Amino acid sequence: MPPTVGVVVFPGTNCEYDVTVALKSIGADVELVWHGDCDLDALDAVVLPGGFAHGDYLRPGAIARFSPIMDAVREFADRGSPVVGICNGFQVLTEAGLLPGALQKNKRLKFVCAPTTVKVCSTDSVLTCAAGSGRELAIPVNHFSGSYVCDGATLKELQSEDRVVLRYVENPNGSIDDIAGVCNETRNVVGLMPHPERAMSALLGSCDGEVLFRSLLDAAVQPLKRGTPARASTDALTPMSRQVL
Amino acid sequence: MRFEATVDVQLKPGIADPEGATIERALEALGFDDVARVRAGRSFHFEVDADDAGAARSRTEELANRLLANPVIEESTVEVTLLSEVTR
Repeated sequence: MPPTVGVVVFPGTNCEYDVTVALKSIGADVELVWHGDCDLDALDAVVLPGGFAHGDYLRPGAIARFSPIMDAVREFADRGSPVVGICNGFQVLTEAGLLPGALQKNKRLKFVCAPTTVKVCSTDSVLTCAAGSGRELAIPVNHFSGSYVCDGATLKELQSEDRVVLRYVENPNGSIDDIAGVCNETRNVVGLMPHPERAMSALLGSCDGEVLFRSLLDAAVQPLKRGTPARASTDALTPMSRQVL
Repeated sequence: MRFEATVDVQLKPGIADPEGATIERALEALGFDDVARVRAGRSFHFEVDADDAGAARSRTEELANRLLANPVIEESTVEVTLLSEVTR
């Protein structure tokens, strides 16, 4: 039976159908989950897609983190099940404290809508377990508040625990340490600013998003083996160059 | 008693403030080149019922930390002033 992925819809979310199409194209069953719901028990993984949850009023994610579904997302994550936040979903997860740091307005106050190249820096996460370490992926970004910030101690922790899962090759927004995506301590919650659901077709520029969603489905079926990078050997490996500021 | 509360939210020192920097450049272009270190934040105003000023302040601080500011990157300052002896 294919894994069932829940895609959470807040008022103002606008990428839920793109994510649904992307996940279905690689064999997943998908259920849209309204933010007012509070049950994720039947699901194997959860995605918080992009958009402008609750209008992004106050700060992106600031109101959404108090939506009823977020208690269920927290419990789901605490059980070790995979949770991925894309763009606005990443902002919601940081506001909710499920991921460290925050997403600040882009450097130079530019809304960035552009193709980017991100490098897989850790394969030990639910979103990167099927990708090769060091592999470069062409995935677009589309955001105004995507500049990742955290304090020095948190950054050191992220670096030393190998929790920066994706880095920009060319930093589009001023993110500290070129961070495009991070995971939590138990590596089952991942947030990223780029939109893998918009990189699912060569005709539209890239299908590099697929390997990330495949990772998620793999992790949904078989939880990560702690301490070892799952399936890291299946892809062409290049030595990972860790960038330390 | 009813109090008027003001919460001022600013980015913590050391967190880059592109909005403040842009405003500073605009001011400079307008001839206000004697202005420096612009930081952009936001303020919230509301009324709160409480038994005394201390209670009004701690209630306001609680909601500021829970919702109005993101403690990861922002800090808030709170002011409360007495509006009326009567709770409405």
